[in-house]
Parts: sequence; structure tokens; C-alpha cells
Amino acid sequence: MRSERVIDISALNKSFGDFQVLKTVDLEVDLGERIVICGPSGSGKSTLIRCVNGLEQYDSGTLIVDGINLADPGGVDRVRSEVGMVFQQFNLFPHLSVLDNLTLGPMKARGLSRADAEALAMEYLERVRIPEQAKKRPRELSGGQQQRVAIARSLCMKPKIMLFDEPTSALDPEMISEVLDVMVELAEEGMTMLVVTHEMGFARKVADRMVFMDAGEIVETGTPSVVFDAPKSARFRAFLDKILQH
Amino acid sequence: MIRPFKVWALLFAVLFVTGCSGGGTWGWYVIDPSTEQGMSNVRFLVGGFWATIQLSLIAAAMSMMIGLLVALPGMSSNRWIRLPSRIYIEFIRAIPLLPMLFWVFYGLPVVMRSMGVPISIDAFWGAIITLAISDSAFTAEIYRAGIQSIPKGQTEAARTVGLSYTQTMRYVVLPQAIRRILPPLANQFIYIVKMSAFASVIGMQELTRRANELVVTEYRPLEIYTLLILEYLVLVLIISFFVRWLERKMGSDESR
Ligand SMILES: Nc1ncnc2c1ncn2[C@@H]1O[C@H](COP(=O)(O)OP(=O)(O)OP(=O)(O)O)[C@@H](O)[C@H]1O
Ligand SMILES: [Mg+2]
Repeated sequence: MRSERVIDISALNKSFGDFQVLKTVDLEVDLGERIVICGPSGSGKSTLIRCVNGLEQYDSGTLIVDGINLADPGGVDRVRSEVGMVFQQFNLFPHLSVLDNLTLGPMKARGLSRADAEALAMEYLERVRIPEQAKKRPRELSGGQQQRVAIARSLCMKPKIMLFDEPTSALDPEMISEVLDVMVELAEEGMTMLVVTHEMGFARKVADRMVFMDAGEIVETGTPSVVFDAPKSARFRAFLDKILQH
Repeated sequence: MIRPFKVWALLFAVLFVTGCSGGGTWGWYVIDPSTEQGMSNVRFLVGGFWATIQLSLIAAAMSMMIGLLVALPGMSSNRWIRLPSRIYIEFIRAIPLLPMLFWVFYGLPVVMRSMGVPISIDAFWGAIITLAISDSAFTAEIYRAGIQSIPKGQTEAARTVGLSYTQTMRYVVLPQAIRRILPPLANQFIYIVKMSAFASVIGMQELTRRANELVVTEYRPLEIYTLLILEYLVLVLIISFFVRWLERKMGSDESR
């Protein structure tokens, strides 16, 4: 089976003022692939995946998502309708009910009727196992529940690719697994995923490829089994030692 | 709420009593409703309420619209889109109301005529345009502060689920920002009401103008201007009562 390339990042550079966050980054992702990105704080992980859906602009290089060049006029808007994103801080809309959080995109951006959008939303709320919370406000939910709502909200747009930026870092330990379970299921269904996380158990379970970033560069990539057992670079080994310690 | 009102009431009660019993420096008869002339004078003065309210309400509504249109580009990440908004705010904020009023009333029609648009501006609309524009610089800043208080993650999440910029503002940012925007905006309305007194100088028959006209015929400035101040006091107290109520309502909304 020939695989379809859905993300093609080549020679991507980005600076904030004098500080170069991304240094000639190359990364290719095929349809259905699960990539886990890790690396020390400030290494540019968030910036990289935020470039993929146009939340950050890059300075040079090319970025093609699902055949659409982000630099093309209207490129960002078209890419965004294919790419879902889950944030560390959930970013649910506090003034709307859980259900309305989910239906907003489908109704306003996709033009679905309220009835259709609500049916769709309920379907995804069931997938993340919180249909009974539909009428509540986000702040009435636990962190784990909020993050699952955020995942469902992205899925309602039927994205081809899902980006996760440290989705469990803001959660209490006992809530991490309920979010990871949902993500594992999503991976098993064949969703293309780029996940920034330090949850190495999750990485082992679902990642097709690990990407280790440091100081704006991709230092090492490889399958989890290979990379974990025999990291090639000293920097990656040091990083793994540090996070696996606790 | 009730406290400043009591203080004022006491102050004026004292003024009134000393004025009536004193050595004839006060002449409350001009606005004594029990006499026919006094009643007609009071009617004439109070008749300015409607114009002042109309003036203030229309100017405030326009200021709110212009303010939003100025504030939104002012928050763009593109400095060339931001610049005109910045210039407008700094420029308008620097012009005192009275000179601007003269310029709009006497000057603007001339400018328009020379550009081939012969318009006439009466006192009513001259005053409204001036109040609205000069206030809009302040409402724009109120909007900006309110909108910028909403975390960036809200906009990012909205854009990620496919909403356009306008949809993001309309369905996500403004509904949240409005709670922080409305109380200062309502507060700003009090300024408009007070500033509307300047409309008197271009002949607008509102509260202050009527008081001035009556002073010319009756020659009792002390009593008439005292009543004038009381008129504004009543108006502003009603509005600030409403502002407090709004703040409480918004506040309890927030903590829900
Ligand atoms: N908007 C910005 N303006 C200036 N500097 C920024 C901005 N966003 C990020 N940076 C800087 O860029 C660097 C990389 O940031 P990024 O958020 O991509 O790192 P990260 O790998 O996701 O780190 P973390 O694990 O802490 O989330 C950091 O040093 C950060 O301070
Ligand atoms: Mg990050």
C-alpha cells in the first residue's frame, strides 16, 4: 500500500526577534501516522506544531499540509479546516455550554443545522464518554473531562490530522489516563496525530515515530522501541534519563 | 448609592432655608411652582430634559459603534492596520470638546461644500457628531482593554475549529469581553450627559441653554443655575444607579 503524505515540512525556520526557535526543521508525516514529539522546555515543540495549523507564522522554508501550501493565499484557512488541535490549557469557551462548545464550529464554519450539529456533538461526547455533561458549563467539569470535551470539539470538525500540545500537562495525575485512553482509541482508529507529550508510556504504546527536539532542531527520530532502548545522541539520552527518573 | 444623595439633599435644603430667610439675596420666586410665572419657568427649564437625553443617547450609541470599528483594527498584529486606529485615538483624544464643536458646526459644512457635498448641520446633529466622535476615542480604548483581557487561547481555539476572524469576535471574544466592557462604557455615558451641556453654545435647546435663556430674561442666575445643577444631578444619579446595578449583575454572572 502506498502511503499518502499529509504533512511535509522542509527547511522550516522561525525566529522570535533575535531568538531562533526553529532551525531548518524537516519532518514528513504520512496519513495515519502517529508522531510523538518530545524535548526539553523551550526547544520549539509547541512552535513547530503551531506552525502546522498556522497559529504561528514561519520565516522561511515550506510547509505543505494535505497538499495545501500554507504560504498560498487562503492556505491557512483551508489547512485549519483539516487540522484539529488540543491545547494544554483546554481553551474551552467558558460562556457556552459543553454542547454549544462542540456545535459552534460545525454550525458557523461548516453551515450545519443546529439539529445536525447537536447530533454530531452528542455522538462525539459519547465517544469521549461524557454525554451526560452536555448541558453543563466547562468550569463545572473536572480537568480531565474538560480536556475530553476539547478533544470532542476538535473531532466534530472531522479533521484529517490532530495536533496535541501537551494535552495532559495541566491535569492532576489521576485524570491523565482518562485523556490518554481517549487518545489511544483515536490512534487505533487510524487518526493522523502529532502529539507533544512527555508521557512515555503513551509514546511506547501508540507512536509510530518519536521525534526528539532540542534547541530548535530535530535531533533524533525513530520508532519508540529503537529510540528508547538505544538513543543515538547524548542529548536525547540525557533527556530520557531525566524524565524517566520520576 | 443613597449616601451621596442624602448629602446633596441636605446641602440644598440648607441653601434653600438660609436663602429664603436671609437678607433677600435669594429669589426663589422665579422657580416657585406655586406661582403661575414660577411654574411656567420651571416647565421651561425641565423641558430641556428630553433634548439632553436624546442628545446623549444617540451620541453614546454612535460612539459605541465608532469605538468598536476603531478598536478592532487597533489590535491587529499588522502595524500598518494598527496605525490608523492609533492615530485616530491619539488625535481625537487631544482635541477639547468645545473647539471641536465649533469646528464641526461652523467648519464641517464648509469643508463638505467645497468637496461637492452640500450638507447643512443643525445644532442637534452638530452636537451629536461632536460628542460621538470625541467620546469614541475613549470607548475604543475601553473595548481594547476588554478584548485584550480575554486569553489568546480563546481566539486560537476558535480559529482552530474553523471560525473566521469576524465569527471569532462575534461568538467567542465579544460575548466574554462584554462583561468587562459594559460597566466602564455605561460610566462613560455619564460623561456624555455632562458634556452635552456644551451643545448650548451652538444654540441647542437642552437643559443648559434653557437655563441661560431664562437667566437673561429673569436675571436670577443663582436660583436658575442651582436648579440646573439639580437637574443634571438627578439625571446622573439615575444613570449611576443603573451602572451599579449593571456591575452587580455582570459581577454575579462572572462568579457563576
Ligand atoms: N510569542 C513568543 N514571543 C517570543 N518568544 C517566544 C514566543 N513563543 C515562544 N517563544 C520562545 O520560543 C522558545 C520555544 O518555545 P516553544 O513554546 O515552542 O517551546 P516548547 O518546546 O513548546 O517548550 P515547553 O515544553 O515549555 O512548552 C521558548 O524559548 C519561548 O520562550
Ligand atoms: Mg510547549
